[in-house]
Amino acid sequence: MTNESLITENLNKDGIDRRGFLKCMAWAGTGAFCMLQGGIMKSFALGDPALHKVSAGNSELAFVQISDSHIGFSRAANPDVAGTLREAIAKINALPVSPAFVLHTGDISQLSRPEQFDTAEQTLKDIRTEKVFYVPGEHDVLDDNGAGYRARFAKNAEGDGWYSFDTHGAHFIGLVNVTNVKAGGLGNLGAEQLTWLEKDVKHLKPSTPVVVFAHIPLWSIYPQWGWGTSDSEQALSYLKRFGSVTVLNGHIHQTMRKVDGNVTFHTAMSTAFPQAAPGDGPGPGPLKVPAEKLRSVLGITDVNFIRGRHTLGVTDSPLDSAM
Amino acid sequence: MRNNIERQVGVLILVLVVALMCYSVVRASTEAPTKQKPSEYQVNIQDFSFEPDTVSVPVGATVTWTNKDEEPHTVFSNDDVFKSKALDTDEKFSFKFTKAGTYKYFCSVHPKMVATIEVGSSDKKSAPMKMENKRRGSD
Repeated sequence: MTNESLITENLNKDGIDRRGFLKCMAWAGTGAFCMLQGGIMKSFALGDPALHKVSAGNSELAFVQISDSHIGFSRAANPDVAGTLREAIAKINALPVSPAFVLHTGDISQLSRPEQFDTAEQTLKDIRTEKVFYVPGEHDVLDDNGAGYRARFAKNAEGDGWYSFDTHGAHFIGLVNVTNVKAGGLGNLGAEQLTWLEKDVKHLKPSTPVVVFAHIPLWSIYPQWGWGTSDSEQALSYLKRFGSVTVLNGHIHQTMRKVDGNVTFHTAMSTAFPQAAPGDGPGPGPLKVPAEKLRSVLGITDVNFIRGRHTLGVTDSPLDSAM
Repeated sequence: MRNNIERQVGVLILVLVVALMCYSVVRASTEAPTKQKPSEYQVNIQDFSFEPDTVSVPVGATVTWTNKDEEPHTVFSNDDVFKSKALDTDEKFSFKFTKAGTYKYFCSVHPKMVATIEVGSSDKKSAPMKMENKRRGSD
């Protein structure tokens, strides 16, 4: 699989330096910071002193996305997922700019068990940040359709656990696409949530940066493995008028990006175990890699919002990278 | 008169023997290769699929699903007839099918995983085997 296959053909003719973007994507696995500024790609290798100027000086808002901690998993692909989660937290705490908050894009637990949620919640308390926001993965809504998850992580949310909040002039929306799934289907937002979403963004100014986070990708990556959401197009239609939309997802345990007009899509690495590239194997199960390689395929995502730049800087950082 | 009775008894025994042979042949021909007892059937959940993805069983049969993947899976019938808890590796779920019909089902964790249980009529006497009361799934 080449990096080209990660980038959609569906780019506007707006001067985006696609060659530079692709070159940067090749670095992403080793810890590169790629930032789109007005359609021009600026890239920094982690450890580059210029990066500190960007993140510490100009950053108006910094936050972190982690995903797929799968607390309770204990098989060959990673017998110590709580340990690698702690390493991810150490990495967050070592960032040049402390995140204002952390987004966890789901599969917090392996089996929705109370003790697994407990361990996750306690472990995440060690992050030096104000708050952790969650959305559930399919592993978090087993047997009870998410009642246990919501009681713990989404007390004030609507429906199956969706909500929004505003901070630093940006609007954040947590969506749930892992409940009420149908046979043969993909991720699913559902009519009630779509109605809520349309209303939620109706009165926002188009210049408001919007960040949407949900577990299953809101773009079609590989439907055969359930890597997509059947009604995401409708959700995205409510966001067409905004100048900057960033969609952050998990579920696939590897980083992928797509830019489609005003929308930047990004999926995060897991902190627990990797999965195969699309179609490379029988299914999206835990992928065992040599022990010395594990920390290069697990990681966190650092996001910086710089006032005046309409897109967010999104950096994927493996556990074994220098930063 | 005694000859008549002897002949009648002889015919009766012959009929019974033939009936017994027919029954054994029919029973033997409907035994599925993977089952343990006559009315028990196994489905393995492996590599993100149900294997086999279609199983034909008689009314009254019990199907047992075993998860052989490292991912949890569930067994949810499309029309709410049966619904397992989340099955971790090596966990099992069993369901006894008491009504004939076609039962489509899927894994609610990975809904692309779909399969079918065909539950047939157990009437093997004279008419050829026919599917009765075909259930329409809700999907």
